Amino acid sequence: MTTKRLELQANLIRQDIIKMLLEAGSGHSAGPLGMADIFTALYFEILNIDPKKPDWSDRDRLVLSCGHICPVLYASLAHRGYFPVEELMTLRKFGTRLHGHPHNLALPGIENSSGPLGQGLSQAIGMALTAKLDNKKWRTYAVLSDGEHDEGQTWEAIMFAGKNELHNLTTVIDRNNIQIDGFTEDVMPLEPLADKYRSFNWHVLEIDGHNFEDIIAAFRHAKAVFEKPTVIIAHTIPGKGVDFMENDYHWHGKPPKSDEAKLALKELRTLRGKITSEHE
Amino acid sequence: MSKFLVPLHHESFEQIAPRDGFGQGLLELGKSNPNVVALCGDLVESIRVQAFAEAYPERYFEMGVAEQNMAGVAAGLALSGKIPFTSSYAVFSPGRNWDQTRVSICYSKANVKIVGAHAGISVGPDGATHQALEDVAITRVLPNMLVVVPTDSVEAKKATIAISKHIGPCYIRFGREKTPVITKEETPFELGKALPIRAGDDVTIIANGQMVYRSMMAAKELEGKVSVGVLNMHTVKPIDAKAIIDVAKETNAIVTAEEHQIIGGLGSAVTEVLADHYPVPIERIGVLDTFGESGKPDELMEHYHLGVSDIVHAVERVVRRKNAS
Repeated sequence: MTTKRLELQANLIRQDIIKMLLEAGSGHSAGPLGMADIFTALYFEILNIDPKKPDWSDRDRLVLSCGHICPVLYASLAHRGYFPVEELMTLRKFGTRLHGHPHNLALPGIENSSGPLGQGLSQAIGMALTAKLDNKKWRTYAVLSDGEHDEGQTWEAIMFAGKNELHNLTTVIDRNNIQIDGFTEDVMPLEPLADKYRSFNWHVLEIDGHNFEDIIAAFRHAKAVFEKPTVIIAHTIPGKGVDFMENDYHWHGKPPKSDEAKLALKELRTLRGKITSEHE
Repeated sequence: MSKFLVPLHHESFEQIAPRDGFGQGLLELGKSNPNVVALCGDLVESIRVQAFAEAYPERYFEMGVAEQNMAGVAAGLALSGKIPFTSSYAVFSPGRNWDQTRVSICYSKANVKIVGAHAGISVGPDGATHQALEDVAITRVLPNMLVVVPTDSVEAKKATIAISKHIGPCYIRFGREKTPVITKEETPFELGKALPIRAGDDVTIIANGQMVYRSMMAAKELEGKVSVGVLNMHTVKPIDAKAIIDVAKETNAIVTAEEHQIIGGLGSAVTEVLADHYPVPIERIGVLDTFGESGKPDELMEHYHLGVSDIVHAVERVVRRKNAS
């Protein structure tokens, strides 16, 4: 896909995230919007997957560790063809397959269950070990939040992956600098994050998490590293794409109200007023 | 001893630690099933994973002292087709990593086999921190989990092989000490199916782990006074409700015996079945809602009311209650 097509795809995913959250009446806004570009790059350019065969044994695996940003995972899967886009509007409702936090047995394309923070990297490591044991080429990708680096298990996993030189594992950190109680460096400082990973024997890349050329180059670069696991620290803007949500940690854990959603959708549809919307 | 229902050793009981049986079972699985992998949290010799690790080094993962990561890595291995056995002391796994066990393993139905060693008060001198007395309760309560407490080393080996064939999360726990080997190779073993050890007319003791042997001793001591049956309930979940109801109907009095807190373990599971289906007087032997302390295994078993005499008294109490009702 061209960069332009990817940008448009990410915009559609962002619009669906807003609609889903409005419909659900609860859920997280900032994280899913901030990760829409990374997820678009993964599902439409990087991952070797087949939506028609979600259980294909040689598929790449994507493990979402910070399960609360699942609206972006659900929207990406739906747009990629794993299930009907209309089903997105059932998020968090009784009888849905789109639970408040993702469940591997509920929906095709979901590799793991997550929600309680800090568990995903370990699961991804287990999958990477399987590929290594079986001499398979498929890769494992793990998406982590920055806040979940407060969890001890995350560091147990980082230590283990470094020790085992798991080069078939690529981790992306959503470095948006916010968590529920405020800015990460106030709640529990993580810096120097890149140096910490390097000292645990990881290859570290830092990118602008909203620049598709950067994102795709980083994932391709990671494939070429054969001695270590790679972590891509993606600097993202929480709430990206919706002006009044960007960089405001109050939007971490709440959905937009109806008037806010209207405003957000208008902004996304018009690319911040750059084009005139026919819906005006 | 009279009326044995299954082939049992009963002349002289050899003393072997159940973990030796587990280690043999795991080694056999290494040979018979290439998907079996082993993970251990810095206790490879102690939990008898050593032989597997030496025979199949590419399928063995040293996890360090990091039980939370071990549970998660095992989940990932299982979700991609492997059959991982995690091993640590029961206080650490499933003790320390219960949330990972709940979400990464049980909720995901990851085919992980959790091995909790050094369980029970009989771990002895290490003291209360290392005496897992809550592990059956915290695993039994998890949906999708199977919980098995083998009675001796021979049964531990059979259970190890059996859980590898069961698709889904399993927890197997055993103590540190050498305990009497009461079952034989040819003694039947089926997950979820209680093993009748001896028949009795007045009371049935339902026990697991090393308490089965102690229950047999209690039954022997009561011979001529009370006719006591013994049922080996090696699988706590799914519990063999039919076997419990059958013996309750036969003897109308039940005693349970386990090396675990009296809250939440085998005694609770049996009580739940009886309360739901066929209430009869029941007395429970277990640690009485307290932490342990340092001491020799036998001293502790006596002090915390897990001795043969405690079982004998429980049988006498339940008979009195039955006759009074």
